[in-house]
Formats: sequence, structure tokens, C-alpha cells
Amino acid sequence: MWDTLKLTLLGLTALIAALAANWGHDLAYQAHAVLIMLVAAGLFVWLVGQVGERRPAVDASGYADDVIRAGVIATGFWGIVGFLVGVVIALQLAYPALNFDWGQPYTNFGRLRPLHTSAVIFAFGGNALIMSSFYIVQRTSGTRLWGGNLAWFVFWGYNLFIVLAATGYILGSTQSKEYAEPEWYIDLWLAIVWVAFLVVYMGTIFNRREKHIYVANWFLLSFIITVAMLHIVNNISIPVSIWGSKSVQVFAGVQDAMVQWWYGHNAVGFFLTAGFLGMMYYFVPKQANRPIYSYKLSIIHFWALIFLYIWAGPHHLHYTALPDWASTLGMVFSVILWMPSWGGMINGLMTLQGAWDKLRTDPIIRMMVISLAFYGMSTFEGPMMSIRAVNSLSHYTDWTIGHVHSGALGWNGLITFAVLYFLTPRLWGRKEMYSMPAINWHFWLATIGIVLYAASMWVTGILEGLMWREVDSQGFLVNSFADTVEAKYPMYVVRALGGVLYLAGAGIMAWNMWMTIRGGVRASAPVGVPAE
Amino acid sequence: MMEDRTEHDPVTGTETTGHNWDGIQELNTPLPRWWLWTFYLTIIWGIGYCIAYPAWPLIDRATPGLLGYSTRAEVEAQIEAVDARNADVAARLASADLATLGRNDPAYHYGVAGGAAVFRAHCSQCHGAGAAGALGYPNLLDDDWLWGGTLDAIAATVRHGIRNDTDDDARWSEMPAYGEFLEAEQIAAATEFVLQLSGQPHDSQLATSGATVFAEECASCHMEAGTGDRETGAPDLTDAIWLYGGDREAITESITNSRFGVMPAWGPRLDEVEIKAVTLYVHQLGGGE
Repeated sequence: MWDTLKLTLLGLTALIAALAANWGHDLAYQAHAVLIMLVAAGLFVWLVGQVGERRPAVDASGYADDVIRAGVIATGFWGIVGFLVGVVIALQLAYPALNFDWGQPYTNFGRLRPLHTSAVIFAFGGNALIMSSFYIVQRTSGTRLWGGNLAWFVFWGYNLFIVLAATGYILGSTQSKEYAEPEWYIDLWLAIVWVAFLVVYMGTIFNRREKHIYVANWFLLSFIITVAMLHIVNNISIPVSIWGSKSVQVFAGVQDAMVQWWYGHNAVGFFLTAGFLGMMYYFVPKQANRPIYSYKLSIIHFWALIFLYIWAGPHHLHYTALPDWASTLGMVFSVILWMPSWGGMINGLMTLQGAWDKLRTDPIIRMMVISLAFYGMSTFEGPMMSIRAVNSLSHYTDWTIGHVHSGALGWNGLITFAVLYFLTPRLWGRKEMYSMPAINWHFWLATIGIVLYAASMWVTGILEGLMWREVDSQGFLVNSFADTVEAKYPMYVVRALGGVLYLAGAGIMAWNMWMTIRGGVRASAPVGVPAE
Repeated sequence: MMEDRTEHDPVTGTETTGHNWDGIQELNTPLPRWWLWTFYLTIIWGIGYCIAYPAWPLIDRATPGLLGYSTRAEVEAQIEAVDARNADVAARLASADLATLGRNDPAYHYGVAGGAAVFRAHCSQCHGAGAAGALGYPNLLDDDWLWGGTLDAIAATVRHGIRNDTDDDARWSEMPAYGEFLEAEQIAAATEFVLQLSGQPHDSQLATSGATVFAEECASCHMEAGTGDRETGAPDLTDAIWLYGGDREAITESITNSRFGVMPAWGPRLDEVEIKAVTLYVHQLGGGE
């Protein structure tokens, strides 16, 4: 019965995809239809082969860790892809000749840039969040993931979304909304996968054997629910044809801009902040082997953070068609958000009291500490940049790019690397990572890379902000736009160098993970015992 | 939650909450005072800011704020202040005849400075920030003018543009694509003749037959001596200045497929003072006539 339903669905999907491949209006849509047809047909054939056969019973007594192992590998893989594309586009900005004629239009900056942002945020960051939330929710609930193979559907479904999004950008399909570029059918697919993610997560929480829900799970749950809401509202659009990728947004003008930045800022707030704070709240105390610093602080800063973050979006639209009142509210909520953001940093850093000596010996702890330091720095910088007067200098300049990267490379990147170093030996039953000195190398390459990146973007950002607004005694513009581009060139080279160092560190990590996974014998992890 | 078995963390001596998740415990540390007070301060500041500035949406408008601030009013005030300061000199430039405007007149300096700003905003994308041009976009620093370098000629070019569809008075001419009706040998010969005209190494035998082609096909616009004609914007072919490149390959391409450089009409986008100003600026760059 269940198999018949699955076979029917897969068969229908393959058939419709085959029709879509023939009738598709544009290249991206046709390529995606072929891809979906192959996936559905492959699964169909595989499932037919299994029908009627006796399936080996799944050992459901321990934690469901296979899907997490897959997630660890996917996180490492997409990290390398995302950083590599980042280095390429950084070099393209410094040396425009790298937009090679033979690669047009597929490899020009305009198409590679969303590939980079989506690969690092959604592919690298998203896989890290999904796999670590599966890990955390099982351990802190003392129970196996709920929903059986649904977790596998989430993993493969999410990665299919990433492949569709990435190939879509290269083939020229975009709805031109920053960080929400994928077109309507990819958005629909992600909505299905995301709801499945929520179901697995909630199901596991309901089955928990602990009375209370651990703070990491509050953050992860707020991340999953809010991202679903943001994704759906910001992607309300009407396809021009069901046989083509192009769609039209239902919101227009400044309303569209406001919805987009309500989404965009909360993608930072709930994907890159709340979600990663969830990771931090589990892995920092585990690695330091210390209790969380303050239960009270975690409650207050959690509720303050999620209440305030959702209002901060308008600060992306200062001095635009957005009415002043909305701009004021965005700014005020952003400034008030400063302390709630820092609550996470304080709770993370102070958890190390009594374990500070580990900074000398444990490069993973060191990564976590620097990660929290960058988190604190960028959550101070953000509220500051949201102030209208500061924003009039910083907006549209590279300062914004530097700010984003001190958060993304410093906070999200380093905490994820630390989590990968924590999980890889545990999930594959190894005593520790293959090479501890290599982690140290990774730490220093990444840290120096971030410093070069952030410092060069501060310099060019403030430089171009000042050059753009410079007027002579009669009120006339002093610099042309091309003058500012020329002035930024040396810093663009420094930025690319920072990216190369960061990528090199990630390359060392990938090798280290590979060697750890290859060596030794895998042991199974016992299910945790609940508190009395 | 606390129950009766209060536990203490041995390292800090702080009470724990008694929870334990996969070995993780929580300390019952109170909120850091500085954190709490800074949080309160930002909230108080936020309330004050919302009273002072436009903030809360009502049914058909928002609260204006006690200060009556608006971003648009702020920009308008800045622009008005500058305009008021420049009012006299701008009026003087508006009514001045550029040809007789003295070099020491404040309106002249105002015009050149303002024209430079107009140029940076609107012209530099093609002609370069330093006005030195690029392949296909004329250099404005020299005295080699396609359509004339007097103040009037420059102003007309700026106002109406070149070969655009939007302005009936745009400067217009169209070189034929000779690839459509000349033999390849004739084009090769004409190319050698043009190389000879500009004093470059050439095949003199071919150039001799090229002279005939030139006289029949090219001289009507580029003139018999190849010195060009400003009425049709036909470039001077005897000098070393080339809009689309002066080597054998580039000249062959120009003859075979022609060129069709377009400049937009700025009349609808710049006001009269701005057109005067940018004319003055371009005129004084080096080649003004």
C-alpha cells in the first residue's frame, strides 16, 4: 500500500518532468526538469527492485546518526565549493578580465555571486544547521529521531534544492531577490522539505525523555519556524507559465523592498544567528566540559532576541522610498537588539570559566572562542551601522560586505568548523581528529584570512563612502564613481588574499576529516541516559 | 525545578539549576548587571528616539515626532543652502554668453567646477574619469574634434547627442558597410591607402590602387586629402588619432562593417546651466576652439 503510493508519486513526477523538459520555455527550467525526471525515475526503479523483498530490520535502538554523517560530509563539501566561488568572484572584482569571454554568460560575476552567497549560507550553513540540529535534538532529548526515513528525505531534499538553486543561477534563472534568488518551483520544493524538517524536529522533541527542553532546542526551533514563515511570505509569486521558470512577485515597489529586507535581515537573524546560537549552546559546553554560565541569561536573551530581530529589517532601506517612520523603527529595534545579541556571546564565553586553560591546548575551543568574539563584534557593528547617520556613510559601500563577512567567516564559519572537528571523530568512532596540528593550522589560516578580509573592507568601505559624499566649496561632486573603483583596487587584492587563506584552511580541514573518517574502526554510540 | 537537592558547581561555587542534558548542566548565575543596565538604557533611548522622530504608524499617517524631522526635508535643506550660496553666480552663468565670458569671471570658474561635476556623474562612464576617452569613445583632451570644438558645437553635441533615436536634432551620419558592395581586394587596397595617409608602413603598390577606391567611395565624406569633415563627423584619417584603432586589422574592420558610435541627448536630462557648465568644462580641457 505505502509502496504503491510512493511508486505512483515517483512515476507521476517522472512523467510530468519529462513533459516539462519538452515544453519548457527556458534552459534552466528544462535542465531542472531533466534532473528531476532522472532522480524520480532512478528512485522508481530502485523502489521496484525492493518491493516484495524482505528488508533488513533497521536497528532503531540507538541514535539515527547515518543522516548526520551524511550531513557532516555535505557541510564540508559545500563549504569548499562556496569558499572557492567566493575567492573567484573576489578575484573577478580585482581583475575584471577574469570574467572570461569563453565563459559568458555562465561564469560572469553576476551569476557567480548568488552562487557564492547561496552556497555558503544555504548549502554550507544550512547543512551544518540541519545535521547539528539532528545531533543536538537526539542527545538533549535522549531519544532517536522521530519519523524514520523522513530525516533522510530532509537531507536529500534539501541538497536537491541546493543543486537546483545553484544550477539555476548559472543558467540564468533568478527572481532577483537577494538571498531568495531561486524561482517558484524551487521555492515550493524547499517549503515541502522545510516542513518535513520541522515535523522530524518537533516529533523528536515530543518524544523526549527529559522533562525540560534544552536552550539549544529553543533557538533551533525558533530558527526552523521563522525561516519557514520568511521563506513563504517573501516568495509569494505567480509563475508566468507552469512550463517556465519566470515568476512575478505579488508585492511591488517599496512594499516588495520591505518584504524582501524583512526576509533578508531575518535570514541573518534566524538562520545565521538563532540557528547557530543553538549549535553554540550545545557544542561549547560539551567541548569545554563546563555548565552553561547562566540559565536566566539564556531565557531573557532568547526571548528578547527573537522578539526584537523580526522588526529590524527596515534598516536596510534607510534613505530610500521607505517612509521615515518605518526606517526609525528598524533602527531603534536594531539598537535595542545589541544587548540581547551579546547575551549569547556572554553565555558562550563565560561557560569557559574554569576551563580557560584549554585555550592553550585545545584548538577547537580556540575556534569557538574566536567565533564568539567575531559574533560579539559583528552584533555590535550591526546596530551601529543601522543608525541612520552612520548608515548614510556605510550604505552601498564595502563596509557592509566586510560586516557580513566578519559575521559569516568569523562567527558562522569558525563555529561550524569547530562542530565538524567535534563531530567527525565521534560519529565515525575515532578517538580524535587525525591531526591536531592541522586544526591549529586551520585556525590560524582562517583567523588571519578573516582579519585581512574585514580590515580591507573597512578601509575601502569608509574610503568610498567618504569619496562619494565629498563635495567642493560650491557643493559640486569631487569624485566620479570610477575614481572610487580605482582607489579600492589594492584593498580588493588584499580581500582576495584573505579569501585564499580562508579557503586554504578549509582545504586542510577537508583533508583532516577525510583521514579521520578513513582510519580505524567505527563504534556505535549509546543512547543517553535521562536525568533522574 | 530547584526541588530540594540544590547542587553547586565545584569550580565557581555557583548553584546549578539541576537540569542535565547529555551531560550539560546550567549555572544559576544572575544576569550580569552591566548587561541588564545597558539593555535598559537602549530601551529608554529607543522610547525617547521614537518620541523625537517619526515612528509609529497611525491610520493615514505616522507620528511626526517632536523634532519634525524628515530625511527628505533634511536633503532639501542641504540642497537649498548650497543653491542659495551659489544663487548669484549661477544666475550670472545662466545669462552669460559663453564666448565672451572672461576667464577671471567668477561665473566662469563656477561653470568649470560645475561642469566637472556633471561630467563625473554623466559623461565619465564612456569618456573616462579623466576625459581621455577609450576605444570607440573620443578623447576630449586633444584638439581633434569630430563634430567641432567651439563652445557652440560642444553645447549642441551635448544637448542633442549623436546618432540616437530620441532627438530629431541629433548629429547624424552613417558610414556604409563597404563589405556589402566592395570586393575584398578593393577593401584591402583602400586599407593600405589609409595606412599611407596616416604615415604608417604600407604596401605602396596596393595603396596606389587604393587611392582610386578612396577617391570614389571615401573622399565625399573624408575629403580628398583624407582630412575629414565636421559636417558629417567624418574623422581625419591623416593623423595618429584613431577612434576605433589605426592598425591594418582595425581599419579593415571599419571599412568592411562600418562603425556607428552613439551618444545620448542630454538636453532632456540636464538643465541649461548644467549644459553650459559642462560645455565650458570640456572646452577648457585642452582642445577648445
